[in-house]
Amino acid sequence: MILLQGVVNGVLLGLVYALIAAGLSLIFGLMEIVNFAHGQHLMLAMYGAYWLAVLYGVDPLLSLPLWAFALFLLGVATYWLVIARVLRAPMLAQIFSTFGLGVFLQSLAQFVWSPDFRLVPSPLVKGRVEIFGLFVGVPELVASIGAVAAFAVLYLFVMRTESGRALQATSEDREAAALVGINSHRMFALGWGIGLACVGVAGVLLSNFYYIFPEVGFPFALIAYVTVALGGFGSIPGAFIAGILIGLTEVLSGLLIGPAYKYLFVFLVYLVVVVARPRGLFGRY
Amino acid sequence: MGEGVSRPVARARIRWMGLLVFAAAVFLLGYPYVFTAPFPQHLMIRIFLFAALAQAWNILGGYCGQISLGHAVFFGIGAYTSTILLIRWHISPWVGMLAGVLLSLAVTLVVGYPTFRLSGHYFAIATIAVGEIARFLVANWPFAGGAVGLYVPLLREGLRTFEFHTTKAPYYYISLLLFMAVTVATAFLEHSRAGYYFRAIRADPDAARSLGIPIHRYKLLALALSAVFTAMGGTFYAQYVLYIDPESVLPLMLSVIICLVAVLGGVGTLWGPVLGAVVLIPLSEGTRVYLAGMGGAGRAFDLIVYGAMIVLMSVFEPTGLVGLWRRVRRAWR
Repeated sequence: MILLQGVVNGVLLGLVYALIAAGLSLIFGLMEIVNFAHGQHLMLAMYGAYWLAVLYGVDPLLSLPLWAFALFLLGVATYWLVIARVLRAPMLAQIFSTFGLGVFLQSLAQFVWSPDFRLVPSPLVKGRVEIFGLFVGVPELVASIGAVAAFAVLYLFVMRTESGRALQATSEDREAAALVGINSHRMFALGWGIGLACVGVAGVLLSNFYYIFPEVGFPFALIAYVTVALGGFGSIPGAFIAGILIGLTEVLSGLLIGPAYKYLFVFLVYLVVVVARPRGLFGRY
Repeated sequence: MGEGVSRPVARARIRWMGLLVFAAAVFLLGYPYVFTAPFPQHLMIRIFLFAALAQAWNILGGYCGQISLGHAVFFGIGAYTSTILLIRWHISPWVGMLAGVLLSLAVTLVVGYPTFRLSGHYFAIATIAVGEIARFLVANWPFAGGAVGLYVPLLREGLRTFEFHTTKAPYYYISLLLFMAVTVATAFLEHSRAGYYFRAIRADPDAARSLGIPIHRYKLLALALSAVFTAMGGTFYAQYVLYIDPESVLPLMLSVIICLVAVLGGVGTLWGPVLGAVVLIPLSEGTRVYLAGMGGAGRAFDLIVYGAMIVLMSVFEPTGLVGLWRRVRRAWR
C-alpha cells in the first residue's frame, strides 16, 4: 500500500516535472541552446502567483493565465534581447548568457524579496482527499491535472496548427524551413515564449503547495535537465515519459532508501543515461 | 619593418617589461608590510585564492574548452581531506594537502572517464550533477561532519601547523605562492605540446582526433591539472577559515563563482582569470561591507552585478575583460 502510494505521488510529481522539462526541451530542439535560467524563470512565476495572492487576494489558479502570458512575453523578450545575439557565438557564450541571466534573476529576487521562505496563504485548493484508500493532496492533484492539460495544449499546438508545424520544420532543419518562407528568428522567439509559458504554468501550479524562495527553481531546473536528457533533447513526448520516470525515481528512492538520497538517485539516473544512451529515450541527437 | 627599427623597440619593450615585473614583485611582496590591517590583507588573500581557482578552471574550461560547473568538488576534496586527516589522525595539513591532491586525481579518473564522453551542454550539466551528488554525499556522511561541518582544531601557530592566529601575513604569502604556481604552470602550458593540443580540442574535437591527438587522454590531463590546483586551494581555505561545511566548500555557487571570475576576465588567456579576480573580488567584498552597513547583508547584491555583467559580456564581448582591453588598445592606436 505504501509502495502504491509512492507510485501515485511519483506520477503526480512527475507530470509537473514533465511540463517544466517540455519547455526546456522545446527550446533546445529548436536552436540547441540550453536555458540555464529555467529554474529562475520558474521561481519568477511562483513569486508572481504569490504576490498577486498576497497583495490583491487573487488566487494562483485565477492568475494562472496571466502569468503564463507574462512568462510568454518574457521568453520572447529574452530571445530578442539576449539569445538572438549569441546564436552564432561560441558555445561558451551561449552557456553563460543564460547562466548569467539565471544568476542575475535569482540574486535579484533575493535582494528584492529577501531569502525568506513564503507560502501562499489559504489557496483555493488545499487539503487532501482519499481515493481508494490512497491519500492525495488536492493541490498536487490539481497541479498534475493542470500540467497534463497544459501538455495536451502544447502537443496539439505543435502537432496540429500551422505555427506548430512551422516550429517543427524549423527544429528539423532551419535552412530548409527558411527556404519555404519560415522566418526562423520568429520561430525561435515563439519557441522561447512557449517554453517559458510552460514554466509559468508549472510555477503557478507549484505555488499552491510549495515553499517559495529565491533558490526554489534550482532543484527543479536540475531535474528538468535530467528529464530532458532522459527523454531526449528536443523531444516533447520524451519529456512527458521521462518526467514521470524521474518523478517515480525520486519518490520511490526517497521512500525505499531514505529522503536524503532522493536527488542522488535522480542525478545518478542522469549520468547513467547520458553515458549509456546519450540520445535519451526518444532523442534525435 | 627592417631589422634596425624593430630591435631597439623590442629592447626598450623588454626593459619596460622588466621594470614592470620588478615593480609588481616589490608591490606584492611588500604589501603586507604597508597594509597591516586585517581587511586589506584579507582582500588580497581572497583575490589570490580566486585568481588561482579561476586559473585552474581556465586550464580545463578556457584552454581545453570543457565547461565545468562542478569544480567545487575538487575544492571540497582538498578542504575535507586535510581537515579529516588532521582531526582524526593529527596529520599535518601540508601532508593533508598532498593527500587531497592525490585523492582529487583519483576522482578525476572516476569522474572524467564517463563525463568526457559527453560534449558541450551535456558535459556542463553532468558536472553540475557530479557536484550536487558530492554535496549530498558529504552532507549525509557523519564521519565527515555531515551538514554541520568540521572545525579545524586550533593548534600553536606556525608554518608546520599551517595555522596563524596573530597575523594574516603568512596566509598572504602562501596564497600568493599558490597563485604564482598556477599562473606559472599555465604560462608554461601555453607553449607546451599539451597546451596546443588543448586548444585544438577546444577548437574542434573531431578535427583534433583526426590529426591523431588522443583527445580523451588530453582532456583527462587538463582536468587533472585543474583539479590538483583546485584541491590545494581547498586545503588553503580550510586552514585559513578554520571551519568547513558542505555549504561553504561544496555548493554549486562556488563552482559558479570560480568560472564567473575566469569568464569575466577572459577564458583561454593567461591574464584573464587574474583580471577577473582583481575586478570581481573587491566588488563582491566591497558591496558586502557597504551593504552590511545598510542592513542588506546576505542579500547577494554582488551576484546581481555578476549576473548582469556575465550576460552583457557574453552578448557583446565573449572574450571577456581581456578582449575588451585589447579592443580599447586597438582603438587608442
